[in-house]
Amino acid sequence: MSPDLLKLIFGRLTFESLPLHEPIVVGTFAVVATGGLIMFAGLTYFRVWGYLWSEWFTSVDHKRIGIMYMILGIVMLLRGFADALMMRLQQALAFGGSEGYLNSHHYDQVFTAHGVIMIFFVAMPLVTGLMNFVVPLQIGARDVSFPFLNNFSFWMTVGGAVLVMASLFIGEFARTGWLAYPPLSNIGYSPDVGVDYYIWGLQVAGVGTTLSGINLICTIVKLRCPGMTMMRMPVFTWTALCTNVLIVASFPVLTVVLALLSLDRYVGTNFFTNDFGGSPMMYVNLIWIWGHPEVYILVLPAFGIFSEVTSTFSGKRLFGYTSMVYATVVITILSYLVWLHHFFTMGSGASVNSFFGITTMIISIPTGAKMFNWLFTMYRGRIRFELPMMWTIAFMLTFVLGGMTGVLLAVPPADFVLHNSLFLIAHFHNVIIGGVVFGAFAGIGYWFPKAFGFKLDPFWGKLSFWFWVTGFYLAFMPLYVLGLMGVTRRLRVFDDPSLQIWFIVAGIGAFLVFLGILSMLMQFAVSFLRREQLKDVTGDPWDARTLEWATSSPPPAYNFAFTPVVHDNDAWWDMKRRGYQRPLTGFKPIHMPSSTGTGIILAGLATAMGFGLIWYIWWLAAASFIAMLAVGIGHTFNYHRDFDIPAEDVIRAEDVRTKLLAGAK
Amino acid sequence: MSRFKILALLPLAVALSGCNYVVLAPAGDIAAQQRDLVIISTVLMLLIVVPVMALTVLFAWRYRQSNTDARYEPEWDHSTSLELVIWSAPLLIIVCLGALTWMGTHLLDPYRTLGRIHADRAVDQSKAPLEVDVVALDWKWLFIYPDYGVATVNDLAAPVDRPINFRITASSVMNSFYIPALAGQIYAMPGMETKLHAVVNHAGTYRGFSANYSGAGFSGMHFNFQGLDDKGFDAWIASAKSGGSLGRAEYLQLEKPSQNEPVRRYGTVDSDLYRLILNMCVETGKMCQSEMMAIDAKGGLGHEGLNNTLPLAYDKYARRGTALGPEPTFVAGTCTPDAPQGRTTASITAPLDTAPLLGAGLKRPSFTPLKSSSFFLGQRPKSDS
Repeated sequence: MSPDLLKLIFGRLTFESLPLHEPIVVGTFAVVATGGLIMFAGLTYFRVWGYLWSEWFTSVDHKRIGIMYMILGIVMLLRGFADALMMRLQQALAFGGSEGYLNSHHYDQVFTAHGVIMIFFVAMPLVTGLMNFVVPLQIGARDVSFPFLNNFSFWMTVGGAVLVMASLFIGEFARTGWLAYPPLSNIGYSPDVGVDYYIWGLQVAGVGTTLSGINLICTIVKLRCPGMTMMRMPVFTWTALCTNVLIVASFPVLTVVLALLSLDRYVGTNFFTNDFGGSPMMYVNLIWIWGHPEVYILVLPAFGIFSEVTSTFSGKRLFGYTSMVYATVVITILSYLVWLHHFFTMGSGASVNSFFGITTMIISIPTGAKMFNWLFTMYRGRIRFELPMMWTIAFMLTFVLGGMTGVLLAVPPADFVLHNSLFLIAHFHNVIIGGVVFGAFAGIGYWFPKAFGFKLDPFWGKLSFWFWVTGFYLAFMPLYVLGLMGVTRRLRVFDDPSLQIWFIVAGIGAFLVFLGILSMLMQFAVSFLRREQLKDVTGDPWDARTLEWATSSPPPAYNFAFTPVVHDNDAWWDMKRRGYQRPLTGFKPIHMPSSTGTGIILAGLATAMGFGLIWYIWWLAAASFIAMLAVGIGHTFNYHRDFDIPAEDVIRAEDVRTKLLAGAK
Repeated sequence: MSRFKILALLPLAVALSGCNYVVLAPAGDIAAQQRDLVIISTVLMLLIVVPVMALTVLFAWRYRQSNTDARYEPEWDHSTSLELVIWSAPLLIIVCLGALTWMGTHLLDPYRTLGRIHADRAVDQSKAPLEVDVVALDWKWLFIYPDYGVATVNDLAAPVDRPINFRITASSVMNSFYIPALAGQIYAMPGMETKLHAVVNHAGTYRGFSANYSGAGFSGMHFNFQGLDDKGFDAWIASAKSGGSLGRAEYLQLEKPSQNEPVRRYGTVDSDLYRLILNMCVETGKMCQSEMMAIDAKGGLGHEGLNNTLPLAYDKYARRGTALGPEPTFVAGTCTPDAPQGRTTASITAPLDTAPLLGAGLKRPSFTPLKSSSFFLGQRPKSDS
């Protein structure tokens, strides 16, 4: 075939694009491909594809979508963490003239991919998944406001993850750092596909995130059950509301800034180039106007989880509900006024720097108030140290350290000596692991019995907890120290041998965290095998306080046979106290949304379009774009959008629960 | 939990003695003041962090389920006085820290000229500060000493106790200029200039590097910074004098990407070079940004300005150009009688007619390019004027 024809069909994709010369990548591919084949064969052998398609992939049930988000997050955690291990190993080895085992071409992709994956495809899915699963149950709703949109959002997130994963085996990922600052990320200095994978991976996933934000805001604002005023919403729902407001207000900025960067890269505009009036600093401003709210998007739901967990396991009302809510709202607003603290060192004047430094510190006031509220929730409680509560205590002790170093970095003169150093790396891992990750794990342990009807195995859970906590401290305390020695981030080789011991300690810490992740996977497997012993039939295994515990575990598709009526902040606690009797008769048909495959098809087409744009395969991009429009319009003609669960089915399901509850007593 | 943390901190304590905590023990007055601020802020915050951590452990222990002696008040969820305390305690600390931040940020603004060279010594006004122009290249540092007419690559020296004024820019991508022993960092960005004022108080050799990832050769982008006594500095300048010369052509060779560069010295330097680098017009025939901005400040060239571009044959190390966009171009320098062939002039002459130029259809200003330039004629892409 002529080169022109090949170029027309494959764009710039050639055999040379496959990283066959990188043994590490080839090895990874072999492992992933073998694993994938085994899984594929297994699923085919046990004939579960049909079940997966009709009950999960096309499902619009918020609970199933929530669970799928969590699975995505955990799978991507394995990839992101593999990158972390590779970095720790490289930095522990590359001393005294040694180049380590990664060349810069590979190493620079690894640290970029680590950041991108951990934020966008681990932390975000975990947080979104928990909100998706819990929020409708907590507010006594049957589903989210737009169930189809919810399914579509999830698959768009998967599409973004697929593109980022594809870059590992087809071509390469960005070598720019996780925020891809131009001019380095612009076409002049990054002409390869890496940054294009970055752009389209995030754009595809970003659509999903924004839509899911809109969906959850509508759900919280419109679908609360009778009696649940704003100031009676559970704190997790409050934090979810604030987080989704942040998502809706900030993700469009990311979309626009990446769109401008792609215009620079595809059609030769000059938004962020050095010449022709372009301003790379504009990119830095815009990306952090998204980026700073992003960290609160992640951490606010975690705060919500800790609030629920602390009050449940202390057997006590949450202390200072009102101030907790106002603190959350204040953080939401302030998070838009601090973005410049990420680049004090770019030469803004002293007045600008001090303004942004002080606004940043002000955020620590509501955050501190929250910390005290959790403390005084524990005060005069009866604390049960189940796994979620252990994560909460670990969070409280860890997060204050991270918060302290964060406020320190907000002092501009201090930032001048610590910016971009390993001290900074230690700081944000301290708050993201100590806050978001511990929060997600607390949430998983707390709501797992709700989702599956059995508790998680405590032995492997505790093992995982101790590996994670000790591993975290071993991995990141040395980084604080290295930062004070003036060691900067993203270095591949070192020549000061006295630093090596610290990197080795950090590497050991990372290995302990690895054991923690393995223990967590073991915990899931063991819990599944022991599900009969760990079974919970009451639907309320923790003697909890909010509405999601009022229904069965796992909840029926319709969540609540009758929409509950709320008289108190801790609605379920209040119902239990006042001797609530579950209605046993009078069930009616329940109106529910139907499953649809449109979401997964649209997201698949969007992913194909992204792939076409990355590789300059214009026909593919155009065809999938047109197909997307066609499928989207076609979907508007789908009139089978809803159905009624017949009253007999509801009666049957509720009778099963009645028997179980009777058996439990 | 806490026991494990202490274990984790143990290796820190052991090694605390033997290491070089340059951020905590710097050699320059500015870095020392920044260090002080780090320590004061940390101590201020520990005032609240330590009680919170202690209370967490205490409450977790005291109110554990098995301790039935402890009071249990499941409905207790509000206390106005307690709320006042928990909001005002962090507030008070932040008020103190905020005041400290405001003062510290202004006093230690890298753009601010030094008022003192040490805690107890004012600047000697009779001695001129040392001027150093810093250029971050792919992946090495170029230091130009305009007062001495010398330049070095990856080697920086300054006399002890003499204020140093850095002007900092970059050739291609963003870097950050950081010598932890001397002062905090500041970014080096192409087409932009940042400033840093600092002084070194103790003689010695310190490490400087780029603190912002800038591509493949980033890890090797470091240099030694020497604090020397006056005699030593003179000898250092003399050794630099023995080097070759650095003009525009040599600079264009030098700025091509290279990794782990050895030290180089240049005995003579084009005195206009730093200005040309900053304005991104070292290449002959490219219009300087300062010139562009001066034209724009007068109202711009209107649509006519669109014609003043030339096809870009080669820029830095990769030919630019996008898949769907037009062929890459650059803005051609204006030719003047002083500088024919599109060579840029050292300063821009004001146009004869000072009325602002507004948009298309207006007459070209009097300093527009000479049409006779043979350099342009062959390549001008879409000239209709």
